[in-house]
Amino acid sequence: MLTGTQDFQGEAQRDFRDLASEEFDTRTLLRNAADQAVVRKYEDFLIVDTDSHHYETEAFKEIAEYIDDPVMRYEAKFQGHSRGGFTAETGSYQELAGRITRYPLRKTEKVPTTKHRDLTLMERWMDAMGVDMAVMFPTPMLNLSNCPRIQVEVTMAKAYNRWLCDKILTEDPRIKSMLYLPFHDPEASYEIVKEFADRKGVIGFMVTSTHYKANYDNAYAKTYHALQERNLPLGFHAAFTWTDQSLQLCNRFIGVHALGFSWCNMLHMTNWVTNGMPERYPNLKTLWIESGLAWIPFLMQRLDNEFMMRTSDCGLLKRKPSEYMREMFYTSQPMEMVDNREALELTFKMINAETQLLYSSDYPHWDMDLPSTIYDLPFLSEQSKRNILGANAQRLFNFDPVWSPVKLERKAARAAKAGRAAEPAGV
Amino acid sequence: MAEVRVCKKGEIAEGGTRLVKSGPIEIGVIFHKGAYYAYRNVCPHQGGPACEGLKMPQVVENIGEKGVHLGQVFNEEDMHIVCPWHGWEFHLKDGTHVIDPKHRLKKYDVIERGGEIYVSI
Ligand code: FES
Repeated sequence: MLTGTQDFQGEAQRDFRDLASEEFDTRTLLRNAADQAVVRKYEDFLIVDTDSHHYETEAFKEIAEYIDDPVMRYEAKFQGHSRGGFTAETGSYQELAGRITRYPLRKTEKVPTTKHRDLTLMERWMDAMGVDMAVMFPTPMLNLSNCPRIQVEVTMAKAYNRWLCDKILTEDPRIKSMLYLPFHDPEASYEIVKEFADRKGVIGFMVTSTHYKANYDNAYAKTYHALQERNLPLGFHAAFTWTDQSLQLCNRFIGVHALGFSWCNMLHMTNWVTNGMPERYPNLKTLWIESGLAWIPFLMQRLDNEFMMRTSDCGLLKRKPSEYMREMFYTSQPMEMVDNREALELTFKMINAETQLLYSSDYPHWDMDLPSTIYDLPFLSEQSKRNILGANAQRLFNFDPVWSPVKLERKAARAAKAGRAAEPAGV
Repeated sequence: MAEVRVCKKGEIAEGGTRLVKSGPIEIGVIFHKGAYYAYRNVCPHQGGPACEGLKMPQVVENIGEKGVHLGQVFNEEDMHIVCPWHGWEFHLKDGTHVIDPKHRLKKYDVIERGGEIYVSI
């Protein structure tokens, strides 16, 4: 077992590794990412990952203790909170039947007992990738909206948010979150904004986009107003669900994932724009999370085209839909990158990526993107890269930068080396 | 051309992988059905440690008369190296991506001599 940095480095310096006897460790898995961080000198600028995840299932015993209602608490502890395997109605095999090795192996990863496990795991991948700060979201809870019992959604949202604030966000200033809103219950959503808006590390609130609720409903007006007043962004975090009737026509995960993750945000975006929400809440910033980017130009063109024929349908809009969309914020992952450099460049232009795009990894999920997916784009200036990788997020969320200690160390080592080189001979 | 010693012949179990270093370069040596294969442990996708992934056979979809779908089987004759970061798959035999051969793992020659295995760099 590797217990500390020294042991880990010792392991790294051995001249061979036999996979048959090696234990799973995030730092080993991401060793090549760490090399990329060094080569690209990520220590020279702040990197903020605006969409990453942990598995709240692993801390579920702790979270369940935060459930107010004693009957639900008892039930939660008895039932647990996990996915159902091969025959489950959600049917997910996103780990490609074990091909994405971190899915089955992460639970075996050893961590020191001096810190919360989730903090250690977060810090390990962040430091490897060169990420200074991360916005952390849960994983199975992205599908909590499918739970038919609205009270369970509300109860879990409150318990999880309390646990998150108490155990994670207060402990590590590098980790932030946009908290879960139980969108099926507008009143409870509003209460959650009031209860948590001032908690440390809370930088906004988030709707998981698979909610079958219309976001223009007046029932949400006071929630949006409260967010706008506090200058806290509202995120729509995409998700897929195989319980969606149209997606049930898909028999392959690729179909349900590729469509589901963009469709839900296309739907919510369309309602948001055509109902003139950007006019009703002009200072409420929205962030569209984890739908990739290709859907945005499509929707801009589609809505603009129809809008010019049907302006009477959208009485609140003073400009074309794409103009409002160009002022919103988007996270980058999963960025469509295969063989389409020109399309990607045009997409960046159409969404004003230089100021509106925020890098996200989605780590540890199967389709994660490294910072190099942005940093290596040949059509971006150095400043645009830095904006997308960190500065845009810093501006949107208005937080003080907290640097990765690994990057600080590297920067100091470089400075010391440069200082030594600059010293005149004989001194 | 330098040689890096990997191990004694037989030390890597069937289907096993050993990783060796030559300076900053890490090479995965895989033993499968009596043969050794060596590739640089860097995936052309986002740079993942491809050699550390599972070795899985090609999935084949069986199609019958009139295009009817008959199900899936594994083709054990075409083993793949599956990169653990995102699942890109490469032919074990030549390191090319299974769909688009312009993406490939860097291949090295493996030398067996005097009961020892070496990689030529
Ligand atoms: S880095 Fe290998 S599949 Fe992405």
